[in-house]
Amino acid sequence: MIGPNVPWYLAVAGTLFGIGAVGVMLRRSPLIVLLSLEIMLNAGNLALVGFSRYWGASDGQVFAIAVMAVAASEVCVGLGLIVAMARRRLALDVDELSELRG
Amino acid sequence: MSQALYLASFGNFLVWVVWAAAAAACLGSGIAVISFANPFYSALALIGNLASLAVLYLLASAEFVAAAQVLVYAGAVMVMFLFVIAYLGGRADAPWAGGPRWLQASAVVAGVALLAEVVVALLWNSRSLDRAPTISDAFGSPAEIGRLFLTDHLLAFEITSVVLLVAAVGGVVLGIRTAEKTGARVE
Repeated sequence: MIGPNVPWYLAVAGTLFGIGAVGVMLRRSPLIVLLSLEIMLNAGNLALVGFSRYWGASDGQVFAIAVMAVAASEVCVGLGLIVAMARRRLALDVDELSELRG
Repeated sequence: MSQALYLASFGNFLVWVVWAAAAAACLGSGIAVISFANPFYSALALIGNLASLAVLYLLASAEFVAAAQVLVYAGAVMVMFLFVIAYLGGRADAPWAGGPRWLQASAVVAGVALLAEVVVALLWNSRSLDRAPTISDAFGSPAEIGRLFLTDHLLAFEITSVVLLVAAVGGVVLGIRTAEKTGARVE
Protein backbone atom coordinates (compact mmCIF):
# COMPACT_ATOMS: atom_id res chain seq x y z
CA MET A 1 0.00 0.00 0.00
CA ILE A 2 1.26 3.46 -0.77
CA GLY A 3 0.63 6.76 0.93
CA PRO A 4 0.15 7.74 4.60
CA ASN A 5 -1.24 5.31 7.16
CA VAL A 6 -4.22 5.89 9.42
CA PRO A 7 -2.45 7.99 12.15
CA TRP A 8 -1.94 10.78 9.59
CA TYR A 9 -5.60 10.71 8.65
CA LEU A 10 -6.57 10.77 12.32
CA ALA A 11 -4.24 13.70 13.01
CA VAL A 12 -5.85 15.76 10.24
CA ALA A 13 -9.33 14.67 11.35
CA GLY A 14 -8.65 15.62 14.97
CA THR A 15 -7.22 19.01 14.04
CA LEU A 16 -10.16 19.69 11.74
CA PHE A 17 -12.60 18.72 14.51
CA GLY A 18 -10.83 21.13 16.88
CA ILE A 19 -11.04 23.93 14.31
CA GLY A 20 -14.75 23.29 13.85
CA ALA A 21 -15.36 23.17 17.61
CA VAL A 22 -13.57 26.50 18.11
CA GLY A 23 -15.72 27.96 15.30
CA VAL A 24 -18.94 26.74 16.94
CA MET A 25 -17.92 28.18 20.33
CA LEU A 26 -16.44 31.44 19.04
CA ARG A 27 -18.68 32.70 16.25
CA ARG A 28 -22.07 34.31 16.84
CA SER A 29 -23.55 34.27 13.35
CA PRO A 30 -25.76 31.13 13.16
CA LEU A 31 -24.74 30.69 9.51
CA ILE A 32 -21.05 30.37 10.41
CA VAL A 33 -21.94 28.13 13.37
CA LEU A 34 -23.65 25.80 10.84
CA LEU A 35 -20.60 25.95 8.56
CA SER A 36 -18.34 25.05 11.52
CA LEU A 37 -20.67 22.15 12.34
CA GLU A 38 -20.16 20.93 8.79
CA ILE A 39 -16.40 20.99 9.38
CA MET A 40 -16.83 18.88 12.53
CA LEU A 41 -19.04 16.35 10.69
CA ASN A 42 -16.48 16.14 7.90
CA ALA A 43 -13.69 15.54 10.42
CA GLY A 44 -15.72 12.58 11.67
CA ASN A 45 -16.12 11.38 8.09
CA LEU A 46 -12.37 11.59 7.49
CA ALA A 47 -11.72 9.45 10.58
CA LEU A 48 -14.35 6.95 9.36
CA VAL A 49 -12.72 6.72 5.92
CA GLY A 50 -9.23 6.43 7.44
CA PHE A 51 -10.28 3.59 9.75
CA SER A 52 -12.15 1.97 6.89
CA ARG A 53 -8.85 1.64 5.06
CA TYR A 54 -7.04 0.60 8.25
CA TRP A 55 -9.33 -2.43 8.54
CA GLY A 56 -9.52 -2.96 4.78
CA ALA A 57 -13.33 -3.08 5.01
CA SER A 58 -15.74 -0.69 3.29
CA ASP A 59 -18.18 -0.52 6.24
CA GLY A 60 -16.74 2.75 7.50
CA GLN A 61 -17.42 4.36 4.13
CA VAL A 62 -21.05 3.23 4.33
CA PHE A 63 -21.37 5.15 7.58
CA ALA A 64 -19.52 8.13 6.11
CA ILE A 65 -22.28 8.30 3.50
CA ALA A 66 -24.92 7.98 6.23
CA VAL A 67 -23.23 10.91 8.05
CA MET A 68 -23.39 12.90 4.80
CA ALA A 69 -27.16 12.28 4.64
CA VAL A 70 -27.55 13.37 8.27
CA ALA A 71 -25.49 16.51 7.53
CA ALA A 72 -27.74 17.32 4.57
CA SER A 73 -30.81 16.96 6.81
CA GLU A 74 -29.18 19.14 9.45
CA VAL A 75 -28.45 21.85 6.87
CA CYS A 76 -32.04 21.64 5.60
CA VAL A 77 -33.56 22.14 9.07
CA GLY A 78 -30.89 24.61 10.24
CA LEU A 79 -31.20 26.85 7.20
CA GLY A 80 -35.01 26.65 7.52
CA LEU A 81 -34.70 27.89 11.11
CA ILE A 82 -32.33 30.70 10.12
CA VAL A 83 -34.66 31.85 7.32
CA ALA A 84 -37.60 31.70 9.76
CA MET A 85 -35.63 33.81 12.25
CA ALA A 86 -34.78 36.34 9.56
CA ARG A 87 -38.44 36.56 8.47
CA ARG A 88 -39.55 37.27 12.04
CA ARG A 89 -36.96 40.08 12.16
CA LEU A 90 -35.00 38.35 14.91
CA ALA A 91 -31.35 39.24 15.27
CA LEU A 92 -29.10 36.70 13.56
CA ASP A 93 -26.90 36.38 16.63
CA VAL A 94 -26.80 33.29 18.82
CA ASP A 95 -25.97 35.39 21.90
CA GLU A 96 -29.10 37.51 21.60
CA LEU A 97 -31.50 34.61 21.05
CA SER A 98 -32.22 33.88 24.70
CA GLU A 99 -36.06 33.79 24.76
CA LEU A 100 -36.11 30.14 25.85
CA ARG A 101 -33.85 30.77 28.83
CA GLY A 102 -35.72 29.67 31.95
CA MET B 1 17.56 -0.42 -7.88
CA SER B 2 15.41 -2.01 -10.55
CA GLN B 3 13.17 0.15 -12.65
CA ALA B 4 9.90 -1.26 -11.26
CA LEU B 5 11.01 -0.63 -7.68
CA TYR B 6 12.13 2.87 -8.60
CA LEU B 7 8.75 3.64 -10.17
CA ALA B 8 6.92 2.26 -7.13
CA SER B 9 8.91 4.42 -4.70
CA PHE B 10 8.41 7.47 -6.93
CA GLY B 11 4.66 6.78 -6.93
CA ASN B 12 4.72 6.57 -3.14
CA PHE B 13 6.55 9.90 -2.94
CA LEU B 14 4.01 11.49 -5.31
CA VAL B 15 1.09 10.21 -3.20
CA TRP B 16 2.70 11.67 -0.07
CA VAL B 17 3.17 15.05 -1.76
CA VAL B 18 -0.44 15.20 -2.99
CA TRP B 19 -1.69 14.00 0.39
CA ALA B 20 0.30 16.64 2.29
CA ALA B 21 -0.90 19.39 -0.07
CA ALA B 22 -4.53 18.30 0.31
CA ALA B 23 -4.21 18.05 4.11
CA ALA B 24 -2.63 21.53 4.29
CA ALA B 25 -5.37 22.97 2.04
CA CYS B 26 -7.98 21.23 4.19
CA LEU B 27 -6.68 22.69 7.48
CA GLY B 28 -6.01 26.12 5.95
CA SER B 29 -9.49 26.44 4.47
CA GLY B 30 -10.95 25.18 7.77
CA ILE B 31 -9.24 28.03 9.61
CA ALA B 32 -10.42 30.41 6.85
CA VAL B 33 -14.04 29.27 7.38
CA ILE B 34 -14.03 30.24 11.06
CA SER B 35 -12.03 33.46 10.64
CA PHE B 36 -13.79 35.26 7.76
CA ALA B 37 -16.16 37.99 8.92
CA ASN B 38 -18.46 37.61 5.91
CA PRO B 39 -20.47 34.33 5.86
CA PHE B 40 -20.28 34.28 2.04
CA TYR B 41 -16.49 33.98 2.08
CA SER B 42 -16.75 31.37 4.83
CA ALA B 43 -19.06 29.26 2.65
CA LEU B 44 -16.68 29.57 -0.30
CA ALA B 45 -13.78 28.49 1.94
CA LEU B 46 -15.86 25.52 3.09
CA ILE B 47 -16.26 24.44 -0.55
CA GLY B 48 -12.43 24.39 -0.79
CA ASN B 49 -12.31 22.41 2.46
CA LEU B 50 -14.77 19.81 1.12
CA ALA B 51 -12.91 19.52 -2.19
CA SER B 52 -9.55 18.92 -0.47
CA LEU B 53 -11.23 16.34 1.78
CA ALA B 54 -12.45 14.61 -1.39
CA VAL B 55 -8.79 14.39 -2.52
CA LEU B 56 -7.90 12.78 0.83
CA TYR B 57 -10.76 10.28 0.38
CA LEU B 58 -9.48 9.44 -3.11
CA LEU B 59 -5.98 8.78 -1.75
CA ALA B 60 -7.55 6.46 0.87
CA SER B 61 -9.09 4.61 -2.12
CA ALA B 62 -12.63 5.61 -1.11
CA GLU B 63 -13.71 6.55 -4.63
CA PHE B 64 -17.46 6.49 -4.10
CA VAL B 65 -17.31 8.60 -0.92
CA ALA B 66 -15.12 11.13 -2.74
CA ALA B 67 -17.60 11.36 -5.62
CA ALA B 68 -20.52 11.70 -3.21
CA GLN B 69 -18.59 14.35 -1.29
CA VAL B 70 -18.12 16.49 -4.39
CA LEU B 71 -21.63 15.93 -5.80
CA VAL B 72 -23.74 16.07 -2.63
CA TYR B 73 -21.69 18.25 -0.30
CA ALA B 74 -19.65 20.67 -2.38
CA GLY B 75 -22.42 20.69 -4.99
CA ALA B 76 -25.93 20.52 -3.58
CA VAL B 77 -25.54 21.39 0.11
CA MET B 78 -23.20 24.33 -0.44
CA VAL B 79 -25.37 25.77 -3.22
CA MET B 80 -28.26 25.74 -0.73
CA PHE B 81 -26.02 27.48 1.82
CA LEU B 82 -24.93 30.14 -0.67
CA PHE B 83 -28.54 30.79 -1.72
CA VAL B 84 -29.61 31.35 1.89
CA ILE B 85 -26.60 33.59 2.62
CA ALA B 86 -27.34 35.64 -0.51
CA TYR B 87 -31.03 35.82 0.51
CA LEU B 88 -30.22 37.07 4.00
CA GLY B 89 -27.63 39.52 2.76
CA GLY B 90 -24.03 39.69 3.88
CA ARG B 91 -24.26 40.52 7.56
CA ALA B 92 -20.65 40.44 8.56
CA ASP B 93 -19.62 40.05 12.15
CA ALA B 94 -16.02 40.13 13.21
CA PRO B 95 -14.91 36.80 14.64
CA TRP B 96 -13.60 38.38 17.81
CA ALA B 97 -16.38 40.92 18.33
CA GLY B 98 -18.88 40.71 21.18
CA GLY B 99 -19.09 38.31 24.08
CA PRO B 100 -16.97 38.39 27.18
CA ARG B 101 -13.25 38.04 26.70
CA TRP B 102 -12.92 35.00 28.96
CA LEU B 103 -15.52 33.16 26.85
CA GLN B 104 -13.45 33.58 23.70
CA ALA B 105 -10.25 32.63 25.50
CA SER B 106 -11.86 29.51 26.96
CA ALA B 107 -13.21 28.53 23.52
CA VAL B 108 -9.68 28.57 22.12
CA VAL B 109 -8.34 26.75 25.19
CA ALA B 110 -11.03 24.05 24.76
CA GLY B 111 -10.06 23.66 21.09
CA VAL B 112 -6.37 23.34 21.93
CA ALA B 113 -7.20 20.84 24.70
CA LEU B 114 -9.14 18.75 22.17
CA LEU B 115 -6.14 18.87 19.85
CA ALA B 116 -3.74 17.85 22.65
CA GLU B 117 -6.01 14.93 23.49
CA VAL B 118 -5.91 13.71 19.88
CA VAL B 119 -2.12 14.04 19.74
CA VAL B 120 -1.66 12.10 23.00
CA ALA B 121 -4.07 9.37 21.87
CA LEU B 122 -2.24 9.04 18.54
CA LEU B 123 1.22 8.92 20.11
CA TRP B 124 0.00 6.40 22.68
CA ASN B 125 -1.32 4.04 20.00
CA SER B 126 1.02 4.89 17.14
CA ARG B 127 2.61 1.44 16.99
CA SER B 128 -0.65 -0.51 16.78
CA LEU B 129 -2.21 1.99 14.37
CA ASP B 130 0.74 2.25 12.01
CA ARG B 131 0.22 -0.82 9.86
CA ALA B 132 -0.46 -1.14 6.17
CA PRO B 133 -3.54 -3.18 5.36
CA THR B 134 -4.07 -5.18 2.20
CA ILE B 135 -7.17 -3.99 0.40
CA SER B 136 -9.05 -5.71 -2.37
CA ASP B 137 -9.86 -4.15 -5.73
CA ALA B 138 -13.52 -3.84 -4.78
CA PHE B 139 -12.66 -1.69 -1.72
CA GLY B 140 -14.57 1.59 -1.86
CA SER B 141 -16.18 0.90 -5.23
CA PRO B 142 -19.86 1.84 -5.74
CA ALA B 143 -20.76 -1.84 -6.14
CA GLU B 144 -19.19 -2.73 -2.77
CA ILE B 145 -20.83 0.23 -0.99
CA GLY B 146 -24.20 -0.63 -2.52
CA ARG B 147 -23.86 -4.30 -1.54
CA LEU B 148 -23.05 -3.35 2.07
CA PHE B 149 -25.92 -0.85 2.20
CA LEU B 150 -28.46 -3.44 1.03
CA THR B 151 -27.17 -6.38 3.06
CA ASP B 152 -25.21 -5.68 6.26
CA HIS B 153 -26.38 -2.11 6.88
CA LEU B 154 -29.96 -2.25 5.59
CA LEU B 155 -31.37 -0.79 8.84
CA ALA B 156 -28.98 2.19 8.70
CA PHE B 157 -29.99 2.72 5.06
CA GLU B 158 -33.72 2.75 5.88
CA ILE B 159 -33.27 5.00 8.92
CA THR B 160 -31.21 7.42 6.82
CA SER B 161 -33.99 7.64 4.24
CA VAL B 162 -36.57 8.34 6.96
CA VAL B 163 -34.30 11.02 8.49
CA LEU B 164 -33.96 12.70 5.08
CA LEU B 165 -37.73 12.62 4.54
CA VAL B 166 -38.44 14.07 8.00
CA ALA B 167 -35.85 16.82 7.45
CA ALA B 168 -37.33 17.74 4.04
CA VAL B 169 -40.86 17.90 5.48
CA GLY B 170 -39.55 19.88 8.47
CA GLY B 171 -37.89 22.41 6.18
CA VAL B 172 -41.16 22.91 4.29
CA VAL B 173 -43.15 23.25 7.54
CA LEU B 174 -40.70 25.83 8.89
CA GLY B 175 -41.10 27.86 5.70
CA ILE B 176 -44.93 27.76 5.73
CA ARG B 177 -45.41 28.67 9.40
CA THR B 178 -43.38 31.86 9.17
CA ALA B 179 -45.22 32.93 6.00
CA GLU B 180 -48.54 32.73 7.91
CA LYS B 181 -47.18 34.61 10.93
CA THR B 182 -45.97 37.56 8.93
CA GLY B 183 -49.25 37.75 6.98
CA ALA B 184 -47.67 36.86 3.67
CA ARG B 185 -49.75 34.80 1.29
CA VAL B 186 -48.93 31.12 1.14
CA GLU B 187 -48.94 29.95 -2.45
